[in-house]
Amino acid sequence: MRALMTTWLAALLLFCTPLAQAELTIDITRGNEQATPIAVVPFAEGANLPEDLAQIIADDLERSGYFAPLERGAMFEKPSSSDEVRFGDWQALDTRYMVVGRVSREGEGVRVRYELMDVSGESRMLGETVTASSGQLRAAAHRISDQVFEAITDIRGAFSTRIAYVTSEGVGDNMSFKLFVADADGHNSQQALSSDEPIMSPSWSPDGSKLAYVSFESERPAIYVQEVSSGRRVKLTSFEGLNSAPSWSPDGRKLAMALSRDGQPEIYTIDIGSRDLQRITNSPSIETEPSWSPDGRSLIYTSDRSGGPQIYRQALGGGEPERLTFTGNYNARARFAPDGEAIFLIHKGNNGYQVARQDLDNGRLVEISDAQQAESPSVAPNGTMVIFATQQGSRGVLGAVSADGRASFRLPAAQGDVREPAWSPFLN
Amino acid sequence: MQLKPYARSLAVAFSLAFVAGCSSTGGTQDGSMSGSGTASGSGAGASGTGTGQVSGSGLGDGSGQMADSRIPEVRTIYFAFDSDAIRPEFQSVLNAHARFLRNNPNANVVLQGHTDERGTREYNLALGERRAGAVEDFLSVEGVSPSQVEVVSYGEERPAARGSNEEAYAQNRRVVFAY
Repeated sequence: MRALMTTWLAALLLFCTPLAQAELTIDITRGNEQATPIAVVPFAEGANLPEDLAQIIADDLERSGYFAPLERGAMFEKPSSSDEVRFGDWQALDTRYMVVGRVSREGEGVRVRYELMDVSGESRMLGETVTASSGQLRAAAHRISDQVFEAITDIRGAFSTRIAYVTSEGVGDNMSFKLFVADADGHNSQQALSSDEPIMSPSWSPDGSKLAYVSFESERPAIYVQEVSSGRRVKLTSFEGLNSAPSWSPDGRKLAMALSRDGQPEIYTIDIGSRDLQRITNSPSIETEPSWSPDGRSLIYTSDRSGGPQIYRQALGGGEPERLTFTGNYNARARFAPDGEAIFLIHKGNNGYQVARQDLDNGRLVEISDAQQAESPSVAPNGTMVIFATQQGSRGVLGAVSADGRASFRLPAAQGDVREPAWSPFLN
Repeated sequence: MQLKPYARSLAVAFSLAFVAGCSSTGGTQDGSMSGSGTASGSGAGASGTGTGQVSGSGLGDGSGQMADSRIPEVRTIYFAFDSDAIRPEFQSVLNAHARFLRNNPNANVVLQGHTDERGTREYNLALGERRAGAVEDFLSVEGVSPSQVEVVSYGEERPAARGSNEEAYAQNRRVVFAY
């Protein structure tokens, strides 16, 4: 199935030449051996669709690390509704769940009728109809993936989300940088900004409508806020020195950032409406890479006050900062899990720079990636996956790993280096 | 990569010692540029780290007005891993820039700080600033007006060399004088 998928993606790339530079593909690098077997049977079609919806759904479910989709070659029958399913036959294939469906034309768009079945329980769990315009076929498939995923796992699906990322080409003084927004599976990429100067640190607003980022286009770093749909933007800060690492507060009103206007880089918050600036940290060392706790009441950030970079937490009501990481001498750029009970960060251990998870109740740190030079972890809004930047050969690519480290995949681009992924919040 | 906070003050102390040591002797090298209006050969290849290339910009006291009105040729200095300390072989480069800036008060320079690719991007941005800041401090001790000098850190965003090996890393850990 993997070979098939690759061929199919390659074909898709050929047809999307204007986007080919930016389009990301997917290679599963580590499957989860404990993933639940599921059969996503090709949907019966009343019309020839440009997209294979069942394949998109199977790929979504496989990437989550929770599911191992049955290869199509092993499907000896192709039911399209629950009353055609002979459960015994599918039980013999060790399939726990199955998805069947039928697509028909409806006006300019399509109507997808699908059902989810518990094969071992021999029962129907879901039966729904999704309509979509012909340009929204992939979105319809991701919506079905969301519903299937939640019905089985009780966890909200994050397949209808998006990622922002930065690409670069060239070296030294001859470089070009671009900011893209794409679907979470790397498709439908759209360029949001292009510059000869570095673009860094995209951060989504909590409603998913805006991105904050750092751009050096004026040959100095400045923080911009840009509306994703229109491209309209404002320059929020351009203080002397660093204007770096913007991070949106959960209520959408403020950005935390690192500024060196007063000497060493310190953490500040700025009220986006009033531009009211507040200094949060005060030390002679480097403070940067702030990130808000999900409840909005504290910030975590990287500080090298102990010599090397470690993660600290500062309550916004005041008080002393609390050091959170003690494993190893390099822990940086932490991000909270959505439930606030763990952080994901870059940890340097015997295996180089890796994505690690640290549970906050017991302080235990576990490396979850197995990558080259991992950086910039960003957590899916349902907390099941972490996307990050890594290297494949000498190229910068995106990688993703399940929060438990069991499943991982890569999203290489056709050319150039890709880095600094930012996973959007839920968009629906 | 990481830099020790104390390294910066060390660099300043070192530069003070250096100033004291050479204030009476002027240029310490056989400056290939001295006394001549041509820049041919001297200091070419700013990417090298060898002292031979660096020495070309160590202007002697007798180099005259012509030389002092020219921007020094070597405009990149390199750093050791995990360090913002000015390496001894680059002090003559910094001295040449300090002299140029002192003699040309209308000239401005942007010190572009860079790191190698290891570690996180935003933290590296801060480390690049610390590195450029060490050079800024050196120039300040040498009597250059702060208004002539600006620091912009690029962190690991603009590598001079590609590749994940020590050779590339060494070329990327640098501060560039951009006039």
